[in-house]
Amino acid sequence: MQNNLFQDQKFRGILYQTLVVGFFALGLYFVINTTAYNLEKRNIATGFGFLNNPAGFDISFSPFLDFKSTDTHLKVYFVGVLNTLLVSFCGCIAATILGFIVGIIRLSSNWLLSRIAYIYVEFTRNTPLLLQIILWYAILIQLPRIKQAPQIWETFYISNRGLFGPKPIFLDGSNIVILSLVLGFIISFFIARWAKKRQDTTGQQFPTFTTNLSIIVFLPLVVFFIMGSPITLEYPVLKGFNFKGGAVIRPEFIAMFLALSIYTAAFISETVRSGILSVTKGQREASGALGLKKNWIMRLIIIPQALRVIVPPLTSQYLNLTKNSSLGIAVGYADLVHGFGGISLNQTGQAIECMAITMATYLLISLTISFFMNIYNRSIQFKEK
Amino acid sequence: MKKLLSIFAVLAFAFSANAGTLDDVKNRGFLKCGVTTGLIGFAAPDDAGNWAGFDVDVCRAVAAAIFGDSSKVEFTTTTGKSRFPTLASGEIDMLARNTTWTLSRDVNLGFEFVGVNYYDGQGFMIPSALGVDDATGLDGATVCIQTGTTTELNLADFFRANGIGYEALPIETNDEARENLFAGRCDVYTTDASGLSATRAQADDPDKWVVLPNIISKEPLGPLVRHGDHQWGDVVRWSLNTMIIAEELGVSSSNVDDSKGSNVPEVLRLLGVEGGYGEMLELSNDFAYNIIKQVGNYSESFDRNIGPDTPLGIGRNLNALWTDGGILYAPPFR
Repeated sequence: MQNNLFQDQKFRGILYQTLVVGFFALGLYFVINTTAYNLEKRNIATGFGFLNNPAGFDISFSPFLDFKSTDTHLKVYFVGVLNTLLVSFCGCIAATILGFIVGIIRLSSNWLLSRIAYIYVEFTRNTPLLLQIILWYAILIQLPRIKQAPQIWETFYISNRGLFGPKPIFLDGSNIVILSLVLGFIISFFIARWAKKRQDTTGQQFPTFTTNLSIIVFLPLVVFFIMGSPITLEYPVLKGFNFKGGAVIRPEFIAMFLALSIYTAAFISETVRSGILSVTKGQREASGALGLKKNWIMRLIIIPQALRVIVPPLTSQYLNLTKNSSLGIAVGYADLVHGFGGISLNQTGQAIECMAITMATYLLISLTISFFMNIYNRSIQFKEK
Repeated sequence: MKKLLSIFAVLAFAFSANAGTLDDVKNRGFLKCGVTTGLIGFAAPDDAGNWAGFDVDVCRAVAAAIFGDSSKVEFTTTTGKSRFPTLASGEIDMLARNTTWTLSRDVNLGFEFVGVNYYDGQGFMIPSALGVDDATGLDGATVCIQTGTTTELNLADFFRANGIGYEALPIETNDEARENLFAGRCDVYTTDASGLSATRAQADDPDKWVVLPNIISKEPLGPLVRHGDHQWGDVVRWSLNTMIIAEELGVSSSNVDDSKGSNVPEVLRLLGVEGGYGEMLELSNDFAYNIIKQVGNYSESFDRNIGPDTPLGIGRNLNALWTDGGILYAPPFR
């Protein structure tokens, strides 16, 4: 009789779950309590007031915001977030392109190509990302020194302080040129839609790509000359210790970008390969029998179906890449963890606050990526008609 | 089970933080001391893997004071960033890692600086080929800097005050900064002048590098402990003071045994022949004898690790005794 209650599966389930939740709550309570107790005992100030104090240090890598040492820790945070987003965004795009190419090459019937892709995937996938970042950086800082930087047409310079190139300077009237570029994109979008509709109904094809490309290129170009060339270029000039003027891509950024995209592309290529293999052979054969060209079969038949398998794991690769960008500290890339979660934390001593904000930010970025990828995923799912 | 363990771990941590550090160290049988990740002359493992250096000697002096054996130390390497959390969490008992004594670290971070073992100032090191002889000529230079240090803030202040620009390259450790400097990724390396001398000593050709004469800050470097455990603070403070006082009194590792028969009262007090000063610290009365015998006095440690005859070649300057024109001054041993 006594054992009856424990033999009841439902009761046991509830009991175990209650216990687990209870222990978890107890643990959480102890952690928070002990932290608060120890912080107080060591007279460590808590709170978020430090965010409005001047940082006191400089951040040189800040392509979007102008940062001075008199700015606040809050601004350090924003600079860090933007730098994290920058390298993650560039990395995701490059990793996707490279991943798709490598994934398709691995399935190629060309033995040499598919072997090379195989070696690349196995090598990058199975070595730690941190080492790859450091390796890229070690290579990049062996580039020529700034005074011996080789030049290309006195416009581009390659050195271990970065790649220097011209920077566009926007003068009066440049707004209209940019506006015409945007207009070009909008027109192209509608042309593409119209062309697709026409093809769907009549079967007639329209040279969408060449038409749109010429609209996007020539429309702004014509406007540019009508407006009297309102956009000029500023060239980098070696002056004193460094190049003055122009634009620069720093080796820290390049190392992070290369390592992140090449590493993640290896995983993406495997996802792409599995996606393509998931499309049944009959689909390929049937479309071949209809007389479709080889690259059309890939583009119109295989990839749309493969995407349903590819996108969910692709999302998690994007999340991984974004989180992995926090390794920027290894080469001094001023991302969120290095700037706000590192230097600010250390200068203010507000470890718990800085870490909490940093983690919350990564959570927010990750959830945002997931949100948009889920929308995309839904849009490509098989729709019953 | 894992959760349960972590609760116990948290509890254990909470309780262990309450007990006296000196008792903890005595029960454990060795001292846990935080040092740099490797700065020649101050703290670096030698060829045999034994830690040696000017900061390491402070750790060894404390171990000698407590155990009568300067080898009973476990060294933990810390970066500029990890040093404070490591000390605050109780992972180490004391930190001897050329750390600058500042108000916010003393008060806001909850630490206690027990003294100054090296009076330093921030300087700049550049390749001599650049031909710059003053730091105000560094307009537009790329500067390598260790993050999480006071130097980072001084650097920003210095360039701002002089109205010149620079580009900062924040680096995590001294080794990384050195590699970046030697590869030419940055023009200038800035840190405490002592650290620059150490870095210069590691260059393939030290003559190709110059340390600029500008000293842009006060950097009193010293060992520190957690706030609140005054007994422990006293032990570390007087271990350091002992080394300075010993130099002042002319007691060194070579003559410490003879000095026990000295007719100078302070020497006799120092070596525990008279009075019970060690017991006041809850140490043995011959703690100072052990420090001097095993580690040496301040000048011995200085000359052995960073002095003029070492690759670092640093002169005593500010770090000379107050009687020799420096500002090194320890309270009397009585």
